[in-house]
Amino acid sequence: MIASLIQLAVLFGGLSLLAFGGGTAVLPDIQRAAVDTYHWLTAPEFLAFFAISRAAPGPGSLIVMLIGQKVAGVPGAVVAGLAMFGPSCALAYGASLMWHRTAGAAWRQHVERALAPMAIGLTFASAIALLRGTEHDWRAYAVTAVATVVLSFTEISPLFVLGGGAVALLLAGW
Amino acid sequence: MATRATVPAPSKPAARASLPALFAGFLSIGLMSFGGGLAAWIRREVVERRGWLDDRQFLTGYALSQIVPGATNVNLAVFIGAQLRGVLGVLAALAGLMLVPIVLILGVGTLYLRAQGVPGWGWLGTALAGMGAVAIGLNMATGIKLARRNLRGVAAALVTLATTVGIGVLRIPLVEVMVVIFPVSLALSVWQGPRR
Repeated sequence: MIASLIQLAVLFGGLSLLAFGGGTAVLPDIQRAAVDTYHWLTAPEFLAFFAISRAAPGPGSLIVMLIGQKVAGVPGAVVAGLAMFGPSCALAYGASLMWHRTAGAAWRQHVERALAPMAIGLTFASAIALLRGTEHDWRAYAVTAVATVVLSFTEISPLFVLGGGAVALLLAGW
Repeated sequence: MATRATVPAPSKPAARASLPALFAGFLSIGLMSFGGGLAAWIRREVVERRGWLDDRQFLTGYALSQIVPGATNVNLAVFIGAQLRGVLGVLAALAGLMLVPIVLILGVGTLYLRAQGVPGWGWLGTALAGMGAVAIGLNMATGIKLARRNLRGVAAALVTLATTVGIGVLRIPLVEVMVVIFPVSLALSVWQGPRR
Protein backbone atom coordinates (compact mmCIF):
# COMPACT_ATOMS: atom_id res chain seq x y z
CA MET A 1 0.00 0.00 0.00
CA ILE A 2 2.69 2.50 1.04
CA ALA A 3 4.84 1.28 -1.84
CA SER A 4 1.97 1.89 -4.29
CA LEU A 5 1.40 5.37 -2.89
CA ILE A 6 5.07 6.21 -3.38
CA GLN A 7 4.97 4.87 -6.93
CA LEU A 8 1.89 7.02 -7.65
CA ALA A 9 3.52 10.12 -6.14
CA VAL A 10 6.78 9.68 -8.04
CA LEU A 11 5.12 8.90 -11.38
CA PHE A 12 2.54 11.70 -11.41
CA GLY A 13 4.76 14.21 -9.62
CA GLY A 14 7.32 13.82 -12.38
CA LEU A 15 4.77 13.98 -15.17
CA SER A 16 3.18 17.10 -13.65
CA LEU A 17 6.06 19.30 -14.75
CA LEU A 18 6.41 17.59 -18.13
CA ALA A 19 2.83 18.22 -19.21
CA PHE A 20 3.63 21.04 -21.61
CA GLY A 21 0.53 22.20 -23.44
CA GLY A 22 -1.86 20.54 -21.01
CA GLY A 23 -2.60 17.23 -19.38
CA THR A 24 -3.11 15.36 -22.65
CA ALA A 25 0.58 15.81 -23.43
CA VAL A 26 1.51 13.15 -20.86
CA LEU A 27 -1.49 10.87 -21.41
CA PRO A 28 0.53 8.36 -23.49
CA ASP A 29 3.15 8.24 -20.71
CA ILE A 30 0.44 7.67 -18.10
CA GLN A 31 -1.04 4.85 -20.16
CA ARG A 32 2.33 3.17 -20.64
CA ALA A 33 3.23 3.35 -16.95
CA ALA A 34 -0.17 2.37 -15.55
CA VAL A 35 -0.94 -0.44 -18.00
CA ASP A 36 2.42 -1.85 -19.17
CA THR A 37 4.90 -1.03 -16.41
CA TYR A 38 2.94 -1.30 -13.17
CA HIS A 39 -0.05 -3.38 -14.40
CA TRP A 40 -2.37 -1.25 -12.31
CA LEU A 41 -5.18 -1.64 -14.86
CA THR A 42 -5.93 -3.28 -18.20
CA ALA A 43 -5.94 -1.42 -21.51
CA PRO A 44 -9.79 -1.48 -21.78
CA GLU A 45 -10.05 -0.18 -18.24
CA PHE A 46 -7.69 2.65 -19.12
CA LEU A 47 -9.83 3.52 -22.12
CA ALA A 48 -12.98 3.55 -19.97
CA PHE A 49 -11.27 5.76 -17.38
CA PHE A 50 -10.22 8.08 -20.19
CA ALA A 51 -13.81 8.30 -21.47
CA ILE A 52 -15.14 8.98 -17.97
CA SER A 53 -12.63 11.74 -17.26
CA ARG A 54 -13.27 13.26 -20.70
CA ALA A 55 -17.04 13.27 -20.42
CA ALA A 56 -17.20 14.34 -16.79
CA PRO A 57 -16.94 18.03 -15.94
CA GLY A 58 -13.60 19.38 -14.79
CA PRO A 59 -10.07 18.88 -16.09
CA GLY A 60 -9.36 15.70 -18.07
CA SER A 61 -6.20 15.12 -16.01
CA LEU A 62 -8.44 13.94 -13.19
CA ILE A 63 -7.96 10.52 -14.80
CA VAL A 64 -4.92 10.20 -12.50
CA MET A 65 -7.24 10.21 -9.48
CA LEU A 66 -9.26 7.35 -11.00
CA ILE A 67 -6.06 5.39 -11.48
CA GLY A 68 -4.95 6.21 -7.94
CA GLN A 69 -8.30 5.04 -6.60
CA LYS A 70 -8.02 1.73 -8.46
CA VAL A 71 -4.50 1.21 -7.08
CA ALA A 72 -4.90 2.25 -3.44
CA GLY A 73 -8.44 3.45 -2.74
CA VAL A 74 -9.18 6.99 -1.62
CA PRO A 75 -5.64 7.62 -0.30
CA GLY A 76 -4.35 6.59 -3.73
CA ALA A 77 -6.70 9.05 -5.42
CA VAL A 78 -5.61 11.87 -3.10
CA VAL A 79 -1.89 11.16 -3.56
CA ALA A 80 -2.24 10.89 -7.34
CA GLY A 81 -4.22 14.14 -7.52
CA LEU A 82 -1.81 16.10 -5.32
CA ALA A 83 1.20 14.75 -7.22
CA MET A 84 -0.30 15.61 -10.62
CA PHE A 85 -1.63 19.09 -9.79
CA GLY A 86 0.60 20.31 -6.93
CA PRO A 87 3.88 21.03 -8.73
CA SER A 88 2.28 22.56 -11.84
CA CYS A 89 -0.06 24.73 -9.74
CA ALA A 90 2.89 26.02 -7.70
CA LEU A 91 4.68 26.90 -10.92
CA ALA A 92 1.55 28.57 -12.34
CA TYR A 93 1.21 30.59 -9.14
CA GLY A 94 4.83 31.74 -9.40
CA ALA A 95 4.28 32.76 -13.00
CA SER A 96 1.11 34.67 -12.02
CA LEU A 97 2.96 36.52 -9.27
CA MET A 98 5.74 37.55 -11.62
CA TRP A 99 3.17 38.66 -14.13
CA HIS A 100 1.19 40.76 -11.67
CA ARG A 101 4.33 42.37 -10.18
CA THR A 102 5.06 43.92 -13.55
CA ALA A 103 1.58 45.44 -13.91
CA GLY A 104 1.73 48.80 -15.62
CA ALA A 105 5.01 48.16 -17.43
CA ALA A 106 4.89 49.41 -21.01
CA TRP A 107 6.21 46.18 -22.48
CA ARG A 108 3.34 44.23 -20.97
CA GLN A 109 0.85 45.80 -23.31
CA HIS A 110 2.86 44.46 -26.22
CA VAL A 111 3.22 41.02 -24.67
CA GLU A 112 -0.53 40.86 -24.05
CA ARG A 113 -1.29 41.99 -27.56
CA ALA A 114 1.17 39.45 -28.94
CA LEU A 115 -0.26 36.60 -26.87
CA ALA A 116 -3.94 37.23 -27.67
CA PRO A 117 -3.99 35.97 -31.29
CA MET A 118 -1.87 32.99 -30.25
CA ALA A 119 -4.27 32.10 -27.44
CA ILE A 120 -7.17 32.23 -29.90
CA GLY A 121 -5.24 29.88 -32.19
CA LEU A 122 -4.65 27.53 -29.24
CA THR A 123 -8.40 27.39 -28.66
CA PHE A 124 -8.97 26.22 -32.23
CA ALA A 125 -5.99 23.86 -32.04
CA SER A 126 -7.34 22.17 -28.90
CA ALA A 127 -10.70 21.63 -30.62
CA ILE A 128 -8.93 20.07 -33.61
CA ALA A 129 -6.84 17.85 -31.32
CA LEU A 130 -10.01 16.70 -29.55
CA LEU A 131 -11.62 15.90 -32.91
CA ARG A 132 -8.65 13.73 -33.78
CA GLY A 133 -8.50 12.07 -30.37
CA THR A 134 -12.10 10.84 -30.36
CA GLU A 135 -13.76 8.36 -32.66
CA HIS A 136 -15.79 10.65 -34.87
CA ASP A 137 -18.02 9.43 -37.69
CA TRP A 138 -20.20 11.69 -39.88
CA ARG A 139 -22.97 11.86 -37.28
CA ALA A 140 -20.61 13.04 -34.57
CA TYR A 141 -19.05 15.54 -36.99
CA ALA A 142 -22.53 16.84 -37.78
CA VAL A 143 -23.26 17.29 -34.07
CA THR A 144 -19.95 19.15 -33.62
CA ALA A 145 -20.66 21.38 -36.64
CA VAL A 146 -24.20 22.26 -35.54
CA ALA A 147 -23.01 22.89 -31.97
CA THR A 148 -20.26 25.20 -33.24
CA VAL A 149 -22.70 27.32 -35.23
CA VAL A 150 -25.37 27.42 -32.52
CA LEU A 151 -22.91 28.29 -29.75
CA SER A 152 -21.08 30.89 -31.84
CA PHE A 153 -24.09 32.89 -32.91
CA THR A 154 -26.65 32.45 -30.13
CA GLU A 155 -26.61 32.85 -26.37
CA ILE A 156 -28.25 29.46 -25.71
CA SER A 157 -26.77 27.80 -22.63
CA PRO A 158 -24.21 25.17 -23.65
CA LEU A 159 -25.91 22.76 -21.23
CA PHE A 160 -28.98 22.54 -23.49
CA VAL A 161 -26.80 21.99 -26.52
CA LEU A 162 -24.88 19.25 -24.67
CA GLY A 163 -28.16 17.49 -23.88
CA GLY A 164 -29.23 17.95 -27.50
CA GLY A 165 -26.00 16.34 -28.69
CA ALA A 166 -26.57 13.30 -26.49
CA VAL A 167 -30.17 12.94 -27.72
CA ALA A 168 -29.12 13.44 -31.35
CA LEU A 169 -26.61 10.61 -31.30
CA LEU A 170 -29.03 8.31 -29.44
CA LEU A 171 -31.75 8.98 -32.07
CA ALA A 172 -29.23 8.54 -34.91
CA GLY A 173 -28.47 5.06 -33.64
CA TRP A 174 -24.77 5.80 -33.18
CA MET B 1 -2.39 46.18 -3.58
CA ALA B 2 -1.82 49.62 -1.97
CA THR B 3 -0.42 50.89 -5.24
CA ARG B 4 -3.58 50.08 -7.15
CA ALA B 5 -5.17 53.47 -6.47
CA THR B 6 -2.14 55.48 -7.58
CA VAL B 7 -0.96 53.51 -10.61
CA PRO B 8 -3.31 53.85 -13.57
CA ALA B 9 -4.60 50.40 -14.48
CA PRO B 10 -3.28 49.18 -17.84
CA SER B 11 -6.68 47.79 -18.71
CA LYS B 12 -10.18 47.82 -17.29
CA PRO B 13 -9.96 47.21 -13.52
CA ALA B 14 -11.32 43.85 -12.47
CA ALA B 15 -14.63 43.82 -10.67
CA ARG B 16 -14.23 42.96 -6.99
CA ALA B 17 -14.49 39.23 -6.38
CA SER B 18 -15.05 37.93 -2.85
CA LEU B 19 -13.63 34.53 -1.90
CA PRO B 20 -17.10 32.92 -1.61
CA ALA B 21 -18.02 34.39 -5.02
CA LEU B 22 -14.78 33.04 -6.48
CA PHE B 23 -15.52 29.61 -5.04
CA ALA B 24 -19.12 29.75 -6.27
CA GLY B 25 -18.09 30.90 -9.74
CA PHE B 26 -15.62 28.06 -10.18
CA LEU B 27 -18.03 25.60 -8.56
CA SER B 28 -20.53 26.33 -11.30
CA ILE B 29 -17.77 25.92 -13.89
CA GLY B 30 -16.94 22.56 -12.32
CA LEU B 31 -20.64 21.63 -12.35
CA MET B 32 -21.37 22.52 -15.95
CA SER B 33 -18.28 21.71 -17.94
CA PHE B 34 -19.46 18.26 -19.02
CA GLY B 35 -17.48 16.87 -21.92
CA GLY B 36 -14.54 19.23 -21.55
CA GLY B 37 -14.26 22.65 -23.15
CA LEU B 38 -13.38 24.05 -19.73
CA ALA B 39 -11.73 27.19 -21.04
CA ALA B 40 -15.01 28.11 -22.73
CA TRP B 41 -16.90 27.74 -19.46
CA ILE B 42 -14.29 29.68 -17.52
CA ARG B 43 -14.48 32.55 -20.00
CA ARG B 44 -18.29 32.51 -19.89
CA GLU B 45 -18.34 32.69 -16.11
CA VAL B 46 -15.38 35.00 -15.43
CA VAL B 47 -15.65 37.40 -18.38
CA GLU B 48 -19.24 37.31 -19.63
CA ARG B 49 -21.27 36.68 -16.50
CA ARG B 50 -19.25 38.11 -13.61
CA GLY B 51 -17.04 40.67 -15.34
CA TRP B 52 -14.00 39.87 -13.20
CA LEU B 53 -11.67 40.00 -16.19
CA ASP B 54 -11.89 41.49 -19.66
CA ASP B 55 -11.14 39.44 -22.75
CA ARG B 56 -7.55 40.63 -22.96
CA GLN B 57 -6.75 39.63 -19.37
CA PHE B 58 -8.45 36.30 -19.96
CA LEU B 59 -6.46 35.63 -23.14
CA THR B 60 -3.19 36.55 -21.44
CA GLY B 61 -3.96 34.18 -18.60
CA TYR B 62 -4.95 31.48 -21.08
CA ALA B 63 -1.71 31.84 -23.02
CA LEU B 64 0.42 31.86 -19.83
CA SER B 65 -1.50 28.79 -18.61
CA GLN B 66 -0.50 26.95 -21.77
CA ILE B 67 3.15 27.90 -21.41
CA VAL B 68 3.38 26.63 -17.82
CA PRO B 69 3.31 22.80 -17.73
CA GLY B 70 0.27 21.06 -16.28
CA ALA B 71 -3.44 21.01 -17.00
CA THR B 72 -4.14 24.28 -18.81
CA ASN B 73 -7.51 24.96 -17.21
CA VAL B 74 -6.24 24.25 -13.72
CA ASN B 75 -3.39 26.68 -14.36
CA LEU B 76 -5.93 29.19 -15.64
CA ALA B 77 -7.91 28.86 -12.41
CA VAL B 78 -4.66 29.48 -10.48
CA PHE B 79 -3.92 32.55 -12.61
CA ILE B 80 -7.39 34.01 -12.17
CA GLY B 81 -7.54 33.22 -8.45
CA ALA B 82 -4.12 34.83 -7.92
CA GLN B 83 -5.05 37.89 -9.96
CA LEU B 84 -8.29 38.46 -8.05
CA ARG B 85 -7.48 37.40 -4.46
CA GLY B 86 -3.92 36.07 -4.07
CA VAL B 87 -3.16 32.68 -2.50
CA LEU B 88 -6.58 32.34 -0.88
CA GLY B 89 -8.15 33.16 -4.23
CA VAL B 90 -6.14 30.35 -5.83
CA LEU B 91 -7.33 27.87 -3.21
CA ALA B 92 -10.96 29.03 -3.51
CA ALA B 93 -10.88 28.75 -7.31
CA LEU B 94 -9.20 25.32 -7.28
CA ALA B 95 -11.54 23.93 -4.62
CA GLY B 96 -14.57 25.17 -6.53
CA LEU B 97 -13.31 23.86 -9.83
CA MET B 98 -12.36 20.38 -8.64
CA LEU B 99 -14.88 19.48 -5.93
CA VAL B 100 -17.83 18.28 -7.99
CA PRO B 101 -15.77 16.66 -10.78
CA ILE B 102 -13.66 14.66 -8.31
CA VAL B 103 -16.68 13.26 -6.46
CA LEU B 104 -18.44 12.52 -9.74
CA ILE B 105 -15.47 10.88 -11.46
CA LEU B 106 -14.53 8.67 -8.53
CA GLY B 107 -18.18 7.65 -8.14
CA VAL B 108 -18.66 6.79 -11.81
CA GLY B 109 -15.29 5.02 -11.88
CA THR B 110 -16.33 2.81 -8.99
CA LEU B 111 -19.68 2.09 -10.68
CA TYR B 112 -17.92 1.22 -13.92
CA LEU B 113 -15.55 -1.21 -12.24
CA ARG B 114 -18.51 -2.90 -10.50
CA ALA B 115 -20.75 -2.99 -13.61
CA GLN B 116 -18.02 -4.03 -16.04
CA GLY B 117 -19.45 -6.26 -18.77
CA VAL B 118 -23.05 -5.86 -17.59
CA PRO B 119 -25.16 -5.54 -20.80
CA GLY B 120 -27.73 -2.80 -21.35
CA TRP B 121 -25.43 0.13 -20.64
CA GLY B 122 -24.36 0.86 -24.23
CA TRP B 123 -26.63 3.91 -24.43
CA LEU B 124 -24.50 5.60 -21.78
CA GLY B 125 -21.45 5.52 -24.05
CA THR B 126 -23.51 6.94 -26.93
CA ALA B 127 -24.84 9.77 -24.79
CA LEU B 128 -21.34 10.56 -23.56
CA ALA B 129 -20.06 10.57 -27.16
CA GLY B 130 -22.81 13.03 -28.15
CA MET B 131 -21.88 15.35 -25.30
CA GLY B 132 -18.24 15.05 -26.24
CA ALA B 133 -19.05 16.06 -29.83
CA VAL B 134 -20.87 19.16 -28.57
CA ALA B 135 -17.99 19.96 -26.21
CA ILE B 136 -15.63 20.15 -29.18
CA GLY B 137 -18.09 22.54 -30.85
CA LEU B 138 -18.04 24.62 -27.67
CA ASN B 139 -14.26 25.00 -27.99
CA MET B 140 -14.63 26.02 -31.65
CA ALA B 141 -17.38 28.52 -30.82
CA THR B 142 -15.29 30.09 -28.08
CA GLY B 143 -12.45 30.57 -30.56
CA ILE B 144 -14.86 32.13 -33.04
CA LYS B 145 -16.33 34.50 -30.44
CA LEU B 146 -12.88 35.54 -29.21
CA ALA B 147 -11.66 36.06 -32.77
CA ARG B 148 -14.66 38.23 -33.68
CA ARG B 149 -14.11 40.48 -30.67
CA ASN B 150 -10.34 40.60 -30.37
CA LEU B 151 -8.65 40.00 -33.70
CA ARG B 152 -7.78 43.32 -35.33
CA GLY B 153 -6.00 43.32 -38.66
CA VAL B 154 -4.60 40.75 -41.06
CA ALA B 155 -1.35 40.26 -39.13
CA ALA B 156 -3.10 39.13 -35.93
CA ALA B 157 -5.38 36.83 -37.94
CA LEU B 158 -2.32 35.26 -39.57
CA VAL B 159 -0.75 34.68 -36.13
CA THR B 160 -3.96 32.93 -35.03
CA LEU B 161 -4.02 30.85 -38.22
CA ALA B 162 -0.36 29.87 -37.91
CA THR B 163 -0.86 28.80 -34.27
CA THR B 164 -3.99 26.81 -35.15
CA VAL B 165 -2.38 25.00 -38.08
CA GLY B 166 0.99 24.48 -36.40
CA ILE B 167 -0.38 22.86 -33.27
CA GLY B 168 -3.79 21.57 -34.35
CA VAL B 169 -3.04 20.26 -37.85
CA LEU B 170 0.73 19.76 -38.15
CA ARG B 171 0.96 18.67 -34.49
CA ILE B 172 4.18 20.57 -33.85
CA PRO B 173 4.90 20.71 -30.09
CA LEU B 174 3.51 23.80 -28.39
CA VAL B 175 6.91 24.96 -27.14
CA GLU B 176 8.41 25.01 -30.64
CA VAL B 177 5.42 26.86 -32.08
CA MET B 178 5.62 29.44 -29.28
CA VAL B 179 9.35 29.97 -29.77
CA VAL B 180 8.83 30.75 -33.45
CA ILE B 181 5.53 32.62 -33.45
CA PHE B 182 5.75 34.66 -30.24
CA PRO B 183 8.71 36.84 -31.35
CA VAL B 184 6.96 37.46 -34.67
CA SER B 185 3.72 38.39 -32.94
CA LEU B 186 5.59 40.61 -30.47
CA ALA B 187 7.46 42.38 -33.28
CA LEU B 188 4.16 42.98 -35.08
CA SER B 189 2.67 44.50 -31.93
CA VAL B 190 5.65 46.81 -31.37
CA TRP B 191 5.67 47.79 -35.03
CA GLN B 192 1.99 48.72 -34.91
CA GLY B 193 2.71 51.16 -32.10
CA PRO B 194 0.82 51.84 -28.88
CA ARG B 195 -2.72 50.57 -28.46
CA ARG B 196 -5.38 52.99 -29.49
